[in-house]
Amino acid sequence: MNEEKKRTVIPIGPYHPLQEEAEFFKLYVEGEKVVDMDIEIGYNHRGIEKLSESLHWDQSAFLVERICGICSTSHPFAYVNAVEDLAGIEIPIRAKYIRSVIGELERIQSHMLWLGLAGHFIGYNTVWMWSWKYRELVNDIFEFITGNRMHYAMMKIGGVRRDIEKKDIPQIEKMCNDLIPAIDLFKGAVTDDPVIHARTKGVGILPKDVAIDYCVVGPTARASGIDIDIRRDDPYSAYNLVDWKVIVTKNGDVFDKVAVRILEMYESIKIIRGCLEGLKKEPEGNFDLNVKEIPAGEGIGRHEAPRGEVYHYVRSDGTNRPVRHKIRAPSYVNVPSDQYAVKGYTVSDAALVLAAVDPCYCCTERVAVIDKEKNKKIMNGFDLIKLSQEKTAKIKNGPKIL
Amino acid sequence: MSAPIKIKALTKSIWVFHAACSPCNNCDIELLDALTPRYDLERFGIQLVGSVRHADALLVTGAVNKKVVDRIKRLYEQAPKPCVVVAVGNCACSEIMFRDSYNTCGPLDKIIPVNAYIPGCPPKPEAMITGIVKLIKALKGEK
Amino acid sequence: MEIIDEIKNKFGSKIKKFEEKNPRRIYIDILPSDIVEITKTLFVELKLRFIIATGIDRRDGFEILYHFAEDKTGKVITFRVLITDKEKPEIETISKVIKGAEWIEREMWELLGINFKGHPNLKHLLLRDDWPSCNYPLRQGQGKREE
Repeated sequence: MNEEKKRTVIPIGPYHPLQEEAEFFKLYVEGEKVVDMDIEIGYNHRGIEKLSESLHWDQSAFLVERICGICSTSHPFAYVNAVEDLAGIEIPIRAKYIRSVIGELERIQSHMLWLGLAGHFIGYNTVWMWSWKYRELVNDIFEFITGNRMHYAMMKIGGVRRDIEKKDIPQIEKMCNDLIPAIDLFKGAVTDDPVIHARTKGVGILPKDVAIDYCVVGPTARASGIDIDIRRDDPYSAYNLVDWKVIVTKNGDVFDKVAVRILEMYESIKIIRGCLEGLKKEPEGNFDLNVKEIPAGEGIGRHEAPRGEVYHYVRSDGTNRPVRHKIRAPSYVNVPSDQYAVKGYTVSDAALVLAAVDPCYCCTERVAVIDKEKNKKIMNGFDLIKLSQEKTAKIKNGPKIL
Repeated sequence: MSAPIKIKALTKSIWVFHAACSPCNNCDIELLDALTPRYDLERFGIQLVGSVRHADALLVTGAVNKKVVDRIKRLYEQAPKPCVVVAVGNCACSEIMFRDSYNTCGPLDKIIPVNAYIPGCPPKPEAMITGIVKLIKALKGEK
Repeated sequence: MEIIDEIKNKFGSKIKKFEEKNPRRIYIDILPSDIVEITKTLFVELKLRFIIATGIDRRDGFEILYHFAEDKTGKVITFRVLITDKEKPEIETISKVIKGAEWIEREMWELLGINFKGHPNLKHLLLRDDWPSCNYPLRQGQGKREE
């Protein structure tokens, strides 16, 4: 009981500027050090799994697209993979290339968004404005290909909804080339900046064995040295038709997570170029199979979303609706690992560590720092970001007292 | 100060607080997008603030779910009055595909009074800027 | 050795039904009483990654699917258990073996009403804390919107 008393509980959320979404974290702190954390989720639960059981197979693709806006193509992607696995459909090669292009563009968009937010958390608002500025370029490509900046609605059972026409490919290639200098800029800004090094290296380490225990996926796992990537391990779409490699680092700290994401953007550009080359060779037109009937059975579909593996399981009884549709988003397994990663670090690092897994609560479904002694010293996310930003300022200005 | 003067003062430089009530995140990102270099809402004095107690306007996104409903009511109570509420996106306006869900209790105007609706899934940053401009005009009493 | 052969060797008679839908999707039926032991072998010895568990309300009971991934070959191996007790469904927790299973068991407990024996932290995850106790949204015929 005495030990309990010394602790301070700092609540982060549900509403605070750290996350755009409502999520509640409780940080248990002793002095400056975080000793434990509780995560409370559910502020985003909309019962999508149940709703999907009342929708037609084609309608479900639109519903699952609205699970999450940042990775809005990964859920339909995994969903169509699952239904195609159920029905044993092999999609046209043109549709495969188009799906991969959309999937990779989304990865660049999502990583840039995260990089910007991470920059904001450490008080580096220049990085934020930069990356969101260049993210607009990706959104322009999306608008060019699909007609919408987000919620592209490209995935369809048996193919894609819109074709990428041959006359449009040079323009898309040019737009992709414009992205390279932007990514070079981030790479330079992150890998050479001593302040970012001081704030991220050796912070929020998630060792490999703990990562395995929590079953983490995606860049969080790859930064801890677990070599997994669904695109390579369980190839789908055009990922086995083009040349690219999986980025793995071994330290598991925040810096590595940043590095993995930046290097992945280069790989994504590589995949997009490969796919566009492939599209040039294929005859136009055949991009959709027009699937009408879904037989009884069960199917599993996976997709490597920007945050990790998205997993969909569907079961059909031969009618026009799924009997059960299970959705597992990557943050569902990545967020609990924060419980380990945040322990032992100071409160000013907590905001950054929590953000490092790129949590997406819309997919998963919030953090608080509490004074356990009095149980009333409540710090909100605003103060937390301020603390984090002050620390950066201290590092920048040396040992001087601000 | 009387209420009309307060409203007039409010139209000069709106500070907004953004509350996500179980959205899919897309409206939220487009909202932040409107503040970043390409659209740059800050040139109009519109600024995102970290606490609802500093806010003139509450931007709410999402189909409000049962866990978040008490929170949004409290946020509205904490906001200094007068405070305008803007429902951003189709979910906050009408709940669209989540209207049959067991865990939602929206749309937003059933829970707190709403001054402006910006539909779209997601509304583009341009649409949001138009929405805010229209709201400012309405507050000034123009047509 | 192929992972499938290894599983067949290790579990032998515990496998009630073996179905290979395609080379990368394998479904194996087992008894609910064996789940903890099998999970231990799969996770600790065979180093499979636990993806998620799916709970399904069926007419004849509650079905839980434990999905495991073998990342070297891209296989998804699904273990299926059927709890026939519709009134008071119960199964042993696997969260003591796999930390990553804690959340999903809490989710199944609140959405389907399956009790996980020995779970360290069985409380509401997604729904409100004052959610009515006999309302399980994912069960058939329940989970309707009330005004």
